Amino acid sequence: MKVKQISVFLENRKGRLYEVLNVLATEKINIRALSIADTADFGILRLIVPDPDAAKKVLEKGGFTVKENNVIAIEVPDRPGGLSFVLKALQDCDINVEYLYAFVAKSQKDAIVVIRTENNDGALKALKHGEVKVLTPEELYGL
Amino acid sequence: MTKRYWQKDIETISRRSLEDLQVKRLRSVFSRLYRTVPNFQSKCRESGVKPSDIESLKDIVKIPFTTSEDLRGGYPDGLLAVSRDKAVRLHTSSGTTGKPKALFFTKKDINQSADLIARCLTMTGTGSGDVLQNMMTYGLFTGAMVMHYGAEKVGALVIPAGPGSTERQVALMKDFGTTAVHILPSYALYIATFMARHGMDPRKDLSLKRAYMGAEPYSEKTRQKIESIYGIDVYNCYGLTEMNGPGVAFDCMERSGLHLWEDQFILEIIDPATGQQLPDGEQGELVLTTLCREAMPIMRYRTRDITRVKPGKCPCGRTHRRISRILGRTDDMFIIRGVNIFPQQIENVLMGIRGVAQNYQIVLESLDDITIRVEIASDMFDGNIERLLAIKKEIIEKVRSSVLVRPDVELLEPGTLPVADGKAKRVIDERTL
Repeated sequence: MKVKQISVFLENRKGRLYEVLNVLATEKINIRALSIADTADFGILRLIVPDPDAAKKVLEKGGFTVKENNVIAIEVPDRPGGLSFVLKALQDCDINVEYLYAFVAKSQKDAIVVIRTENNDGALKALKHGEVKVLTPEELYGL
Repeated sequence: MTKRYWQKDIETISRRSLEDLQVKRLRSVFSRLYRTVPNFQSKCRESGVKPSDIESLKDIVKIPFTTSEDLRGGYPDGLLAVSRDKAVRLHTSSGTTGKPKALFFTKKDINQSADLIARCLTMTGTGSGDVLQNMMTYGLFTGAMVMHYGAEKVGALVIPAGPGSTERQVALMKDFGTTAVHILPSYALYIATFMARHGMDPRKDLSLKRAYMGAEPYSEKTRQKIESIYGIDVYNCYGLTEMNGPGVAFDCMERSGLHLWEDQFILEIIDPATGQQLPDGEQGELVLTTLCREAMPIMRYRTRDITRVKPGKCPCGRTHRRISRILGRTDDMFIIRGVNIFPQQIENVLMGIRGVAQNYQIVLESLDDITIRVEIASDMFDGNIERLLAIKKEIIEKVRSSVLVRPDVELLEPGTLPVADGKAKRVIDERTL
């Protein structure tokens, strides 16, 4: 089951990240998780929010460059070796990870990891095979 | 059948008759200017030329050049060749430094400049039944007014929209079925971005057929980009306030060079460094002499625009020679690591790269370094960082192989670079030399 993530292009300008977050705050959109990929002169902000379509709309209206992507969210046991076990399942199926980021939700005892791969369908199969718990959109956004 | 020519006899005149006409007019305008403008006469005396010395077209080289400094020096009315009460309109050309240049028009001058525009519009298919939305600045600048008068002359419905207020521009185009626009290329690209952001498709939501673009240099790739976004034909127009404004030279439907109206102007291409005339086909600075202007005739004006004459006949039947699109300005050229670079060379590279949006800036920080700021196209953003890095790398490599200098590249969000109502500022020179 794939879930939606919002990516926002950020040019290297003072206050630009604040401006994105301020739009979301004004529209009362809560952020479940975020990650920033940065290079010398620009970055990409990645967000998991309860209503990705609505978030995309308000950000575009605010003049930001936004894209929705499919990613996979999984539960990883919060203990040493939890994540490496998951990655092994992907490696065994020769699936390359583009990026991932993790967060811990208050109501959960396990950690949540968001993964983007070059082949999400293959990754889902591999994870299922490795008996990794994949979250549905409802489970993820409802956290 | 649509009309092909506005003034067929003069547009298709034989070269020989055209040159005879030019000599006759040159002799007449030169001697009038010599008699009526003391500043000009003393300049000619210094160069040792008097009216009787002008017998053929070749003799034009004896006449001294007029520079923009000369026009500024004549401000406000030192170069007026008629009594002031014969002038009915004043335009000025904005001076970035010092005084502006003031240009006077008599009734005849206004009529003639409108006729030149009428020739241009007719040869590109605009006439009665067309709706021309004029998005150039109305006011002291000649761009909008001269086009306006010419468009009325051919019977088009003119919407004097002026630039800016993009939402209203789009509404006007939709509500009145605008078929032609007169617009700055940078603004055309901005409107396209605006429409995309508001879920509109210029190809489906507008009735546009053609656009007339000039006033700021732009590349062939930019033209193609605008044509494909809007689904229209883009015609180059060339003009400058000192020479009446737009309509000096214009693309015909062949779009393989701009016919320069040689019954009204004498065209020369010179080497900007030596002032020597160059043969047809060679690139150099365009120098223009007005032949028919009453209020302010100008001899051998150094336009600072770089172009060349395209040799050969045009299939459209017009005999007036063609110039290529303006390749740059002698004063826009900058030098990095000893290499002469025109902004249009860089623009040409940028517009050929997928993922690059309309706007760019070139920032010069030192004698050795050049930074290009470009906006990414929002529809190309897919959240993938490698994709963006690849675009950046492509820009660096292609610019380096085109101008032989490796630039720094900064990717910006779409719509962040300023789009002025006037001309887009492409080169930011931060060097203190």
